[in-house]
Amino acid sequence: MSQSGPLKRTPLHALHQELGARLVPFAGYEMPVQYPTGILAEHAHTRSAAGLFDVSHMGQVRLTAKPGHSAAKALETLVPGDIVGLLPGQQRYTQFTNPHGGILDDLMVTSTGDHLLLVVNAACKDADLAHIQKHLSATCEIEPMFSRGLLALQGPQASQALARLVPSLATMKFMTGAFVTLDGAQCYVTRSGYTGGDGYEISTPADKAEAIARLLLAQPGVKAIGLGARDSLRLEAGLCLYGHDIDTTTTPIEAGLLWSIGKERRTQGGFPGADVIRRQIAEGAPRKRVGLLPEGKAIAREGAEIALDGKVIGKVTSGGFAPTLGRAVAMGYVEKAPFGDKGPANGTKVDLVVRGKPVPAEIVPMPFVKHAYYRG
Amino acid sequence: MTVKYSNEHEWIRVEGEVGTVGISPYAQEQLGDVVFVEVPQAGRTVAKGESVAVVESVKAASDIYSPVSGDVTDGNAALADAPGDINADPMGKGWIFKIKLANKADLDGLMDQAAYDAFVKSLS
Repeated sequence: MSQSGPLKRTPLHALHQELGARLVPFAGYEMPVQYPTGILAEHAHTRSAAGLFDVSHMGQVRLTAKPGHSAAKALETLVPGDIVGLLPGQQRYTQFTNPHGGILDDLMVTSTGDHLLLVVNAACKDADLAHIQKHLSATCEIEPMFSRGLLALQGPQASQALARLVPSLATMKFMTGAFVTLDGAQCYVTRSGYTGGDGYEISTPADKAEAIARLLLAQPGVKAIGLGARDSLRLEAGLCLYGHDIDTTTTPIEAGLLWSIGKERRTQGGFPGADVIRRQIAEGAPRKRVGLLPEGKAIAREGAEIALDGKVIGKVTSGGFAPTLGRAVAMGYVEKAPFGDKGPANGTKVDLVVRGKPVPAEIVPMPFVKHAYYRG
Repeated sequence: MTVKYSNEHEWIRVEGEVGTVGISPYAQEQLGDVVFVEVPQAGRTVAKGESVAVVESVKAASDIYSPVSGDVTDGNAALADAPGDINADPMGKGWIFKIKLANKADLDGLMDQAAYDAFVKSLS
């Protein structure tokens, strides 16, 4: 992302400095990429205990229906997810699509009953807000809440740590949310995250974000984790990173996100690019996002070509070292045509071109590390 | 036995005609946890400034440039199983390759410890 002017800071900036974070520019913000222990230790800690991530750079937006309208119905004109079907307290993952079926951004939507709460990517949030304002101003009150804090508490000990402060959160189910009081402040907590593990995201008032972060860090098992480990964790979980694994040139079907499209919406459409997406559902997409396991130790990163029998059939969109597995993993898009009607099958051998040399790899199912969501 | 540094943060320690090359403590700290190292094969002839090895951290791959011209005599095979040696002991066990210098005058263009320390200080 290009950036002009000074970098923005989240409410936790001073805390990051105090903890010795290495701060780097990210999506217009000065963000911690790692703390002194380093990415491998932070990754391992999040998989074995609990990690606290500052994701306040992400965009939080509240939609409230204007009299006589439905915010869910309005939002459904911009996304393929089933939003009307969300019960109060339920959360869903969906995408803003464009008229070609490409993805403008991916987002989380939670219904509080009275409102819809959206969490969008930091790099897209200004464009997303303009998009929402352009299309939903007649039907919804649109409140950007870009100064609020957003903390992600992730890992197998996240539940114990947070339940010590708010006991009811222990049994909150994956992809649901609730208003709770934390350190005297009203917060909105969802059981969700971006690591593939159990965890929560906590939306706080801006002026309470640091106090709540300190309170969480004071709980046994909780450590601050940077964006470097956030990326390696989500890669192991097979989750898409916007701008890399999904963008305006990829459709949700190509990206393997059909599961996020409401069943009725697949037949009824009514969202941008519905004709393209419905045709791909019926006839198959011309390419598909797949998991890739390279042989040996070489790491195939974003941009590496994927070849089948010497012919380039796609590109790696994310690749790196998976600390939990102690080996490299990757994901990328491959064309369907070379594989015949059924498309690329798991177990197919391909080559990933790393610094000009082919590295044998196998197409594998994702996630690379099993998800551990709390479903009650 | 003196150690010299390049402005790409490689160090070279020369004994007789052979120099041992690695990356500086500052460089390993900037890279973060190293998870993969590709070292050059013995027998390869390289020019000063040529990319000869790759050090990969969790975040990114970084080229390692030879600070001198010459023939590679050894690559540190132990790094394949212990890439973290580059972080733990960058000037010792974390060496990357050894090179027989073609021209000792190549060393004249490199920084000594004091100059390199001042260079690193200027970067922060």
